[in-house]
Amino acid sequence: MREPALISVEDVGKVFPMTHSLLRYMRGMPQLSVNALNGVSFDIHRGETVGIVGESGCGKSTLARCLVRLHDCDSGQIRFEGKDIAALEGTARRQFNRRVQMIFQDPYSSLNPRMRVRQILGEALSVHRMRPKAAIPTRIAELLDIVRLPSDAADKFPHEFSGGQRQRIGIARALAVEPEVLVADELVSALDVSVQAQVVNLLLRLQEELGLTVVFVAHDLRLVRHISHRVVVMYLGRVVEIGPTERIFSAPAHPYTQALLAAAPEMDPRRRNTAPAARGELPSPLNLPPGCAFSTRCPLATDRCRAERPALRATENGHMAACHLVDTHAVTA
Amino acid sequence: MTGGLSLEVTNLSTTFETPLGAVTAVDGVSFDVRPGEVLGLVGESGSGKSVTLRSLIGLIHPPGKVSGRVIWNGQDLLSLPSGRLARVRGGEIAMIFQEPMTALNPVLTVGLQIEENLRAHTALDRGQRRARAVELFDLVGIPDAKRRLENYPHQFSGGMRQRVMIAIALASNPRLLLADEPTTALDVTIQDQILKLILSLRDELGMGVVLVTHDLGVVAATCDRVAVMYAGRIVETGTVVDIFDGPRHAYTRGLLSSVPRGGAERAPLLAIEGTPPALSALPPGCAFGPRCSFATDACRDARPGLLTIAPDRQVACLHHDAVAANRGQVA
Repeated sequence: MREPALISVEDVGKVFPMTHSLLRYMRGMPQLSVNALNGVSFDIHRGETVGIVGESGCGKSTLARCLVRLHDCDSGQIRFEGKDIAALEGTARRQFNRRVQMIFQDPYSSLNPRMRVRQILGEALSVHRMRPKAAIPTRIAELLDIVRLPSDAADKFPHEFSGGQRQRIGIARALAVEPEVLVADELVSALDVSVQAQVVNLLLRLQEELGLTVVFVAHDLRLVRHISHRVVVMYLGRVVEIGPTERIFSAPAHPYTQALLAAAPEMDPRRRNTAPAARGELPSPLNLPPGCAFSTRCPLATDRCRAERPALRATENGHMAACHLVDTHAVTA
Repeated sequence: MTGGLSLEVTNLSTTFETPLGAVTAVDGVSFDVRPGEVLGLVGESGSGKSVTLRSLIGLIHPPGKVSGRVIWNGQDLLSLPSGRLARVRGGEIAMIFQEPMTALNPVLTVGLQIEENLRAHTALDRGQRRARAVELFDLVGIPDAKRRLENYPHQFSGGMRQRVMIAIALASNPRLLLADEPTTALDVTIQDQILKLILSLRDELGMGVVLVTHDLGVVAATCDRVAVMYAGRIVETGTVVDIFDGPRHAYTRGLLSSVPRGGAERAPLLAIEGTPPALSALPPGCAFGPRCSFATDACRDARPGLLTIAPDRQVACLHHDAVAANRGQVA
């Protein structure tokens, strides 16, 4: 039996209301809102890397922000060690903030351009009282060493670094408070391929050494496959499939996952296919289809798919998919 | 249908005056594009791939300077008077950009923007232009073409906007399409649709395509030949299969092994250490030398020239045999 989940996401919903236009108001029409998350549930276990993939607008970044409580959920709850994070206050909330850290996509905007690296790291250390004041310089040197930045980096400003180095500073800042969970939102998307690999290697090494739990949000399937133990596939604010990485990539059950994998270009020029993997585009999150959200693009959709929303059901060991057709075996990998 | 035309680029260089002195963004680049062929220009940011593309059709403005020769249809585009160049550009040679929202005019309907191009480059009358615009929308897969022509760019999604831009580019029946990261801003399922659209149009219309991208997956899926760029120079060229099977430049090898592949999950990737050099402070000799594990003193002494080592295969590396031999141990 596995130990209880470190973080459990339970039926989480998040709605962003749009500005209510005067015209709609006068016509007595309801205010529009974007349903960013629609009943998302899954568990994260200690020490594992969970990859969250999906296309733009699927809610993966909103979910990441909910996990660190940058957004409060509108429905459902997120439990950290069994406690609802929305109910944490005072010291308990500060402790949670320390133990669950986020690293952002854009290293150019998430670091204060007017602070030297020493101040950026020092602030994190002193706010959470991680070290007595006298020990802070040593700790800063240690942190720079952990992320493989030269020691003279401490007295430079963020603009003096390249993108990859800036992302390392972001990682060092997150690690300064000795977190247990890292939530990385598109950690390497803004970086060049050769630099991406350096940061990915760093993340893998740190996870081994520090026993971190990592939530890796990304749209790059190759990266997610490389890094994650388990993968969550999202589509329009819902989880459509979740399972061990190997299963998701070798035997995807949901037609959307299958389309996503088929659309990702192969690294082998001999293996090309000429038919597009998925037709159509994402429906507007303002106006979700009533049944399965993918039914408007799914080649296998039936009347039932368009009317009734499929629940996430287990297919086998830890592998779950939200598709009416999975049981009938109409879907084959 | 006349016979295909090819583009021959010889010794193309583009320099910019900056406060830090002259910077050479493209340095003596030569390549050709044959009819009906997709040539991939690959490299990381700052490698000069987009500037190369823009230099070909005179989109570099002062203080940028372009030298070399770009031969198209028997004439050198770089020495063509601007009026005649304007007729070629957007006519026989069309270009599509990475960000359709900034390349399209936000205050004109897309129908008007297609019409603009048709008026400039064809002899069709009003009614024919209208019919051709609908035809083009159908060709690039925009449903409900008649109604959609009345829409403004913001009323389209990212993928549809890219299709609009392709439709505008195709309006003049181009013989060569220059595509600058056409799918970088798009989601993977939409990227897949757009790339396949470009390939099927290439087959239908027999046009050559120069595809600038940083994504090796896109290269593997679409290109016939590849030119890899680093710090403003081409370091390796070859057919896509040759390059992916046996890279002979250490940079190409590093780039290919930086991309995770299935089968070795959670193993360290073979990253290239360091970062690309600033163009204003290039190291002496081979620009990749400081990051290269094969580098010797000879690499620092002189810049290696691009050697032809087989038909359709060139590499600018003194140790290309060692790189090719080492590949076996890595894979």
